[in-house]
Amino acid sequence: MSYIPHTAVETEQMLTEIGVSSIDELFDAVPAAYRFPRLELPPPMSEMEVAAEMLAISEANDHAGDYAIFRGAGAYHHFIPSAVNHMLLRGEFYTAYTPYQPEISQGTLQATYEYQSMMCALTGMDAANASHYDGATSLAEAVTVALEVTRHKRRKIILSHAIHPQYREVVRTYHQGRDIRIIGDRGRGDVIELVEMLDENTAMLAIQYPNFFGQIDNIAALADAVHEVGALLVIVANPMALSLFRSPGELGADIVVGEGQPMGVPLSYGGPYLGYFAVRQKYVRKIAGRIIGETLDADGKRAFVMTLRPREQDIKRERATSNICTNQGLMALSASVYMALMGKNGLRRVGELNYHKAHYAADQINQLDGYAVNTSKTFFNEFVVSCSRPVVDINKALLQEGIIGGYDLGQNYFHLENHMLVCVTETNSKAEIDRLVEVLGGLS
Amino acid sequence: MNELASTPALQPLIYDIGAPGRIGVNLPDCDVPEAELPTELLRDDLPLPEVGELQVVRHFVKLSHLNYSIDKGFYPLGSCTMKYNPKVNEDAARLPGFAQLHPLIEETGAQGAMYLMYELQGWLGEISGFEAVSLTPAAGAQGEFAGILMIRNYHLDQGEAQRDIILVPNSAHGTNPATVTMAGMRVRELPSNDQGNVDLDSLRAACQGEMRDQIAGMMITVPSTLGLFESTIHDVIDIVHDAGGLMYMDGANMNALMAVVKPGELDFDVMHYNLHKTFSTPHGGGGPGSGAVGVNEKLKDYLPGPIVDIIEEEDESGAPLYGYAMPAKSIGRIKAFQGNFGMHLRAYAYIRVYGDTGIRDVTRYAVLNANYLRAKLMKTYKLPYPRYCGHEFVLEGHVDDVEEVHALDISKRLMDYGFHPPTNYFPLIVPEALLIEPTETEVKEDLDAFVEAMERIAEEARTDPELLLNAPHTAPVRRLDEVRAVKELILCCVPALPAAGD
Repeated sequence: MSYIPHTAVETEQMLTEIGVSSIDELFDAVPAAYRFPRLELPPPMSEMEVAAEMLAISEANDHAGDYAIFRGAGAYHHFIPSAVNHMLLRGEFYTAYTPYQPEISQGTLQATYEYQSMMCALTGMDAANASHYDGATSLAEAVTVALEVTRHKRRKIILSHAIHPQYREVVRTYHQGRDIRIIGDRGRGDVIELVEMLDENTAMLAIQYPNFFGQIDNIAALADAVHEVGALLVIVANPMALSLFRSPGELGADIVVGEGQPMGVPLSYGGPYLGYFAVRQKYVRKIAGRIIGETLDADGKRAFVMTLRPREQDIKRERATSNICTNQGLMALSASVYMALMGKNGLRRVGELNYHKAHYAADQINQLDGYAVNTSKTFFNEFVVSCSRPVVDINKALLQEGIIGGYDLGQNYFHLENHMLVCVTETNSKAEIDRLVEVLGGLS
Repeated sequence: MNELASTPALQPLIYDIGAPGRIGVNLPDCDVPEAELPTELLRDDLPLPEVGELQVVRHFVKLSHLNYSIDKGFYPLGSCTMKYNPKVNEDAARLPGFAQLHPLIEETGAQGAMYLMYELQGWLGEISGFEAVSLTPAAGAQGEFAGILMIRNYHLDQGEAQRDIILVPNSAHGTNPATVTMAGMRVRELPSNDQGNVDLDSLRAACQGEMRDQIAGMMITVPSTLGLFESTIHDVIDIVHDAGGLMYMDGANMNALMAVVKPGELDFDVMHYNLHKTFSTPHGGGGPGSGAVGVNEKLKDYLPGPIVDIIEEEDESGAPLYGYAMPAKSIGRIKAFQGNFGMHLRAYAYIRVYGDTGIRDVTRYAVLNANYLRAKLMKTYKLPYPRYCGHEFVLEGHVDDVEEVHALDISKRLMDYGFHPPTNYFPLIVPEALLIEPTETEVKEDLDAFVEAMERIAEEARTDPELLLNAPHTAPVRRLDEVRAVKELILCCVPALPAAGD
């Protein structure tokens, strides 16, 4: 019986102990008219058959194992050292629950504490929580923190149009029940234009770094302007870019959130991913999600424990600021193992490889007739290419040649019809890039 | 350096091992001409560890040894459904066609994934008796949030914006009231009667009194968080519906319902599923979860999106074409991309194994195991609700005449016997609650060993209570100073970089 181990003899013994003659008697409290419905499901399968079916379904997808991929837009194909998966496959980690019993959960607790520490190191923040569902929901939770910090007296939230379009949608979904105004994302201009929208009613201003178009905006003066009106600066950062570029902490951010997927988490068709969330110390009591802190046990041994618990829904109930319960613990573990393996030297090197390869690709594409790369700002591993024909058509042709092309920006930005967001990572060889350029050239 | 750094530790921090210049990965050379780096935009320092590959592996393996897990032993954590997480599902999730599939691939390039999601939507709908399902919520709590937003927007569209009260029993999971607040609505808590059921008089008073027109709906867990089928569930649903409210079912306890009763047929309007409980996807030390939502015809157009639909029916030339759709009045996108797909595929594989004839056995044997433990343990511990239970049951965690011993002490002592403790102090309406959920995947001999440990602990409580009060004795650490953790608030072991202007 699949994963049910009972023998007929045992079942009989257990029924006798309970004092019933059949299992079905245990369901007498369920209204008889509705009890034991028939289910229209496919018939059962053996493990062997299931494994074969899963393989067949998986192969009916165009994936980065079979294609050269130049698509990012919020989900990135990076190299993941083998050891990451081996650590993740340890049942001690993945079949454990939330560490509510710290005496027998020190593995998860210390690994999470180390994750928090490494995220602080990357972002330049003082504290990080043990994660949210993804980058989009982290941003939505940052809005809640900004509203809390400004005591719900401010009603304006400014989001840059260069934040991932789906993240902005999620923020709107989360906050549709609140009396607040979300503005800024219909803009087209530079980040600094957002400053003009700041006023005494603004709770926060959020930008993305690098922005959705892969660019590093000049935000040196942004933090001061935001803080001048008493609002919070939230930076949505790609942690991979933070291997090279100045940390959001250095740039004056109050809250740093983002998608941790680039750090050791596979593409997996969009999830499970890793929403990271890091803040200045003064805001740590306002944030949602689990937080792991250091302490001592009864023998004076250093150990770790979930702390600031009274913020959470199971204790604070309707007065909690978020209902979050599960986090993305296993993905946080992936990021920890990944960052530990890469370390100070390796992560910087991966960042450089991304930068160099993306710039090589951009240079080559920019030389083609019918294509122009936007080089107005520094970019990391993604750049915008204007094309002389619809991106859909180009991507169809690329696919025929074994290439997954860039993201069609016209889907989200009317003024960017026929513009493609191309992503190049350390996984793209020169040969792949050259082939992309060759095929694009043949289409112009 | 904080003062704790010099105290004995189980395993040094990753930051405290390694040496400058060491690296745990073998990276390729750059095969393209190097571009000039924008020096003025670069960071000076990247304070990450510097550790070799074997060191990293040993570090995390040693940490793993400090954890309790399902793979290690019995984990009767009530309301969490800690069942076996099948290994074949982990293999499936790592197939390149899933693991390396980009979420923004063209729909024509993800037909395998979309077929799987379409089937899973249908199966979850069939299991629960609902019209439509969205797989996008990333966790049970997010499913709840989606459900309450749907109820809210439904009333708005009916021109009844004043309906902003959600009734929540006092036995509810904390996520329920927190969800209501997040959605910008108000919670009205309902008391339970001495049977642990919703007190019908209080419910009637709320639904038939002056706030009748403000009732938006009710959230309720079935079976209740006490593990009991509420015999009056029909009355509860009717009273709320008569007042114009909608019924939300918290599906955390679905392991007690599969092929036993369909919530949709009971006339619930919306529910969430916990794929990481009922459908065996691993808990991962805290997550990821996956919290699909199912709804009836009334709420179908409000589902969070996108959901998978067939856009071209199957014909002689081949399979149908799947595409994404955003429901007409959708509450919107609740997460980037399409949900926790890695959990969807595991749940798919799980349901596929049991199939039409087997899925009821999951519930039957989960309920058998729970009632077996209940029957055995009620001889030693007080059972506040002496009736057949569902997939879990609650005991009072104290021993007669031993006042100083609490549920927490019994829990901690269980660790010394090699078991994970039950859920403590939930539901809140039972004093010293120990909520026990064995799940269907446990063998009888392990259940018997657990019973024996519980019996011995009761005996120890009488003869040597200190043994319990100081437990655990054999775990990697002893009880922790949680007050100190809050007071010192050490959340990070790297000094933060100075902020601009500091």
